[in-house]
Amino acid sequence: MKKIIAPVLALLAMTATQAEEGPPPESSKHANMMGSQYFKQQDGESLFKGVCAACHMPDAKGGAGAGYYPALANNEKLSVSAYPVMMVTNGNKAMPSFKGTMTDGQIAAVVSYVRTHFGNNYADPVPLDEVKQVREAGK
Amino acid sequence: MSDQDNETPSLKRRDLFRMIGAVAGGSAMYQAMTSLGYAADSQYAGPINLGGAPKGASVVVLGAGWAGLVSALELRNAGYKVELIEYNNRVGGRAMTIRGGDTVTELGGETQHCSFDPGLYLNPGPWRVPYHHRGYLDYAKRFGVQIEPFIMVNYNAYVHSKDYFGGKPQRFREVQADFQGHVAELLSKTIRQDKLDQSVTRDDQEMLLDALKGWGALDKNYAYVAGNTSAERRGYEVNKGGGLMPEPVGGQPIALTDLLKSDIWRALTFGQTHQWQSTIFEPVGGMDSTPKAIGATLTDITTLNAKITAIHQDDKGVTVTYVDARTGKGQRQVEADWCVCTLPLTILAQIDVQVSPEMKEAFNAISYAAAVKTGLQFKRRFWEEDDHIYGGITFTDLPVRNISYPSTGYNKPGKGVVLGTFAFGTSAYELASLSAADRVKAAVEYGSQIHPQYKSEFETGVSWSWHRSPFTMGCAAAWTDDLRKRHYRTLAEMNGRIILAGDHLSELTAWQEGAILSALDAISRLHRRAVTV
Repeated sequence: MKKIIAPVLALLAMTATQAEEGPPPESSKHANMMGSQYFKQQDGESLFKGVCAACHMPDAKGGAGAGYYPALANNEKLSVSAYPVMMVTNGNKAMPSFKGTMTDGQIAAVVSYVRTHFGNNYADPVPLDEVKQVREAGK
Repeated sequence: MSDQDNETPSLKRRDLFRMIGAVAGGSAMYQAMTSLGYAADSQYAGPINLGGAPKGASVVVLGAGWAGLVSALELRNAGYKVELIEYNNRVGGRAMTIRGGDTVTELGGETQHCSFDPGLYLNPGPWRVPYHHRGYLDYAKRFGVQIEPFIMVNYNAYVHSKDYFGGKPQRFREVQADFQGHVAELLSKTIRQDKLDQSVTRDDQEMLLDALKGWGALDKNYAYVAGNTSAERRGYEVNKGGGLMPEPVGGQPIALTDLLKSDIWRALTFGQTHQWQSTIFEPVGGMDSTPKAIGATLTDITTLNAKITAIHQDDKGVTVTYVDARTGKGQRQVEADWCVCTLPLTILAQIDVQVSPEMKEAFNAISYAAAVKTGLQFKRRFWEEDDHIYGGITFTDLPVRNISYPSTGYNKPGKGVVLGTFAFGTSAYELASLSAADRVKAAVEYGSQIHPQYKSEFETGVSWSWHRSPFTMGCAAAWTDDLRKRHYRTLAEMNGRIILAGDHLSELTAWQEGAILSALDAISRLHRRAVTV
């Protein structure tokens, strides 16, 4: 009961959602009034522009208020792909986990995009296996 | 239940409660009432009475949203020396209202100047108050804030699926009547085919069959079909008239398979959920009214525009360091015996706080959810004039998700502000990634698929993305059952001389009532510690 009601409550109260409390799983049989569980965008650029930019901003420069969102532009922490893969998959602090809303392929795509744009030049591809391992480790 | 049922020669139940209340205080009275079967749906136990503070005891309260305001108010009433520190240049936190003339700036720097007409507004945060949120209602009453009904369920509003019915919105009343009618017809068919003999007695089957006929608006053959019987529920295609006007005509029900495939039946459950059941309210004139009224009594102890940079403690007291939020300069410190900290966990995870490693781990584990609201001002109330929708919510699977019509000012000529977007989940991100100006455009674009009048009647809009809210970095703590199991108690328990409060420390996340109940619980525990030290 709680599993079904809790998301509805939280969502429409003011709203609160995340991987485990998101809409019901996708069904090929019907549409979904609660919205889509997964992000529709598949390529890295669309995912960045449709998801990451909400906080890290379209220019990837982040921003500050009472707290801050770090800039992804010119960010040396992106040099090792495992770090951004871990952040996107499992989340940390204000950064939500996207393991319930992005597939391994989507995570690899968006991390690759950020690592090769906004002044970052880390061209080595993000292995799908790495995402899989991080996802397993986060369980 | 009549009084007579409970009467004993010497003592009525009500007198018993009153006695318990007088002797042991509100919470004992509440517990007694609960155990005797009253008051089971709320944990608010009436105005708090902490009793006297230890002489000279002081508390610094961080954050002037609901939890901070309640804490500061009640602790001062108890005799504590209180200071209230707030990041924004106003009190109320997420319980805010944007009106014409207001300027709002999101994290990232985009500034909007709202140009709504006088009296029109957007509540970008909380916007509804259920009848059983007794804490909220009590504070509204104590501070003279008027409330009015919020229309949660409007049978004439729409349910809309972009991929079904040719994109044409369906009336809620039709979806409701048709889903109920089809289910009743199917179940009655099962009974009449003797397929329920195993689980329901013959007598009950007979009564159930009769009930289904009435409940589902079935005809004499237990069928849910077009005609007057179903039209009395779903509404008529040609309405009833007078004199020699055309005779009323009932429309064709939506097929069960279409209700299921489009998923629009799901919208029926929203208003049936306890938190949104009728009666549900909104404060007259905007959600900021009650916090403002409370804040007005605390101005002498409130510091606004203060960005907290450190919260330190030792065995003697708490030291809070802050700078001017506008300049980042002018560092100052406040010292107190105790601290009630209502800052969002997203913020606490990023500042220098002296608490246990377990509590810090909890700060790091919890992100805040995405949500976007957009208010649109239109030249006329076409939803009333053309669509006959007075208040309530249209539900859609478009990214805007909800369109809510004002629950006030009905049937007046002139302008109105509609909530054109209330998005959450994956659709919220898509919109949250846009500039506020583009979110307004998107709301008009999407909404015009349901109300074609949007494009010609739209005047001006304002939008708020909670992930770009500088003071929260999200709309509310995204708890899961697992996170709650791991971190909730650690966060809720007093840590040295610091106690946390807020809706994130309640079972009512994202509700104002959650913040109120959390604050009342936190200050009660803090007070017990303070008087026993």
